Amino acid sequence: MDTAFIIETLVKIVVVLLVFSALAGFGTYFERKVLAFMQRRLGPMHVGPYGLLQIAADGIKLFTKEDIVPSGVVGPIFKIAPVITAATAFMAAAAIPFLPEFTLFGYTVHPIIADVNIGILYILGVMAIGLYGPLLGGMASNNKWSLISAARGAAIFISYEVVTGLALLVPLMIIGSLSLLDFNEYQAANGWMAFAHPMGFISFILFWIAAFAETGRTPFHLVANDHEIIDGFGTEYSGMRWGLFFIGEYANMFFISFVMAIVFLGGYGDGTVMGALGLLLKVAFFFFFFLWTRAAWPDVRPDQLMWLCWKVLMPLAVINVVVTGIVMMF
Amino acid sequence: MSLEQFTDRNVQQHYFKVDIEDYPETGWDRFKQVVKRGLSGELFVGLWVVMREMIKFDIHTVQYPKEKLPIGPRYRAVHEMQRLFESGTERCIGCGLCEKICISDCIRMDTRIDENSRKAVTEYTINLGRCIFCGYCAEVCPELAIVHGPRYENTSEQREHFILFEDMLTPIDMAIKGEQKEYPGFGAVTPNEDARVKKTPLAY
Repeated sequence: MDTAFIIETLVKIVVVLLVFSALAGFGTYFERKVLAFMQRRLGPMHVGPYGLLQIAADGIKLFTKEDIVPSGVVGPIFKIAPVITAATAFMAAAAIPFLPEFTLFGYTVHPIIADVNIGILYILGVMAIGLYGPLLGGMASNNKWSLISAARGAAIFISYEVVTGLALLVPLMIIGSLSLLDFNEYQAANGWMAFAHPMGFISFILFWIAAFAETGRTPFHLVANDHEIIDGFGTEYSGMRWGLFFIGEYANMFFISFVMAIVFLGGYGDGTVMGALGLLLKVAFFFFFFLWTRAAWPDVRPDQLMWLCWKVLMPLAVINVVVTGIVMMF
Repeated sequence: MSLEQFTDRNVQQHYFKVDIEDYPETGWDRFKQVVKRGLSGELFVGLWVVMREMIKFDIHTVQYPKEKLPIGPRYRAVHEMQRLFESGTERCIGCGLCEKICISDCIRMDTRIDENSRKAVTEYTINLGRCIFCGYCAEVCPELAIVHGPRYENTSEQREHFILFEDMLTPIDMAIKGEQKEYPGFGAVTPNEDARVKKTPLAY
C-alpha cells in the first residue's frame, strides 16, 4: 500500500466527516425553513439574515450545553449509544461514490473511500447496526418512554431491513454486482434502473418507503415520536450527545438518498460534470422529499406500520424478486 | 316564517349523515382499503397542497417584537395618564375616584395640597400584576386623565415597572408637540368637535 493511497483515503475520510457533519446542520436549518414555508410560517429569522446563522447558534448551544447523565441510567451504554448512531452512519459512507472520479492537479481522485466489491451489502449491514444507537440509548435510559421507543425502534428497523434487502435484491440480480460503481456503469449503459424495468420501478418504490423507516422519518417516525413518547430514545439526552443522534439521523438521510439515487436513478451517469450535478440534484430531491412528506403526511400507528411491512411490502418484494428471477431465466 | 315552521322543534331536520364507509371486517377488506387509500392519490393531494402553499409563499407570520398587529382603538391595555393640551400639566386632579372604584384594589394614590391650594398627586401607582383591565378607572375619571392605552406588553424585568405615575404620564415634550393620543372612547372629545360647538351667545 503506497503512501499516496493512505493520504488520499485519510483526506477523503476527513472531508466526508466534515462535509456531512456540516450538512446535518444545514439540513436542520433547511428542514425548519421548508416546513415553515409549507405551513405558511417563516421559520428561523432572528439569528443572522433570514436566520442563516441559526446553524452556528444551534451548534454553539449543543456544544456548550451541560452534558447530563441522569441517575439510574446504565452509564457506559448510555454514553456510547449516540456514538454508535453517528459512527455507523458515517461508516456506511465508505462505500458510496459521492461523485464521479475527477482529476485535480493531475491526480485522479476517486470520491469513494473504499470501492469494496460488497459495497451495497456493506452499506446495508452498517446501516442496520445503526439500530443499536436508539436501541441501547433507549434501554440504558432510566425512562419508560425511552424503553418503548427502543422496542419500537428495534421492531421497525429489523422489519424494514427485510423490505430493504428484498427490494435491493432485484437490481442486484439484474446487474450481478454489489459494487455501487458497477450499478452506476450498468445504468449509464442501459438506462435508469427505476424506469428500465417494471420490477426495478417496484423495488425502487419499496426501497423508498423502507428508507423512511430506516431513517426514522415521518410518516414512519415511531422511534422518536414526539407526540406519543416525548422524544423517544432521546428523552434523557442533552447537549452534544443528543446532537450526535441528530447528526447520525441527518447523515443517514443523506446517505440513503445517495444510495437511492445511485442504485435506482442512474447515479452520476457517464461521469461528466453534468452527471455529477445530476446526482447531487437527485440526492437533493430525495432529501427534500423527506422534509416534504413530514409537512404533508401524518404519522401512522405502530401496528399499522408493522402491518404495512409484513403484509403488504414484504409479500410484494418477494413476488417482485420471484418475477425478476423468472424473467432473468428466460 | 310560518307558525308551523316556527314551532317545529325537530332541530335535526337539516342534518345529514356523513358518508362513512363500513369498517373493514376481514383481512382482505383491510388490504383493499389500504390499496384504495394508498393508490387513490390522497397522499399526493396532501403533498401538492403543502407544495402549493410553499410556492405561493403566502406567509402569515407576524414578526412580533418588530411588527405588531393593529389594535382596536378602545382596546384596554396598560394605562396612560394624559396631560392638558394647553398647559401641558397633568389632567389628574387627585379626586381618588379611580382608587375607589378599582375592584381589584390595584390603584393607590396619595395627594397633598400644593402651594397654590390645589390638590396635587404625590404618589400614584397601579399594580399591573393585580389589574384585571376592567376599565372602571378610565370610565369613572371625570377628567379623562387615566385612559387605557394600546401598549399590551405587560412583561418587565423589574417590579417597579408595575407601574408608576411617571411611567404612565405622557412625556412633556410629546404633549407640547401635540402628539398625545386622545382617548376615543366614552366622554372623549369627538373628532369634529370644533365644527359642532356653537359659541355661547354673550353679545346680547
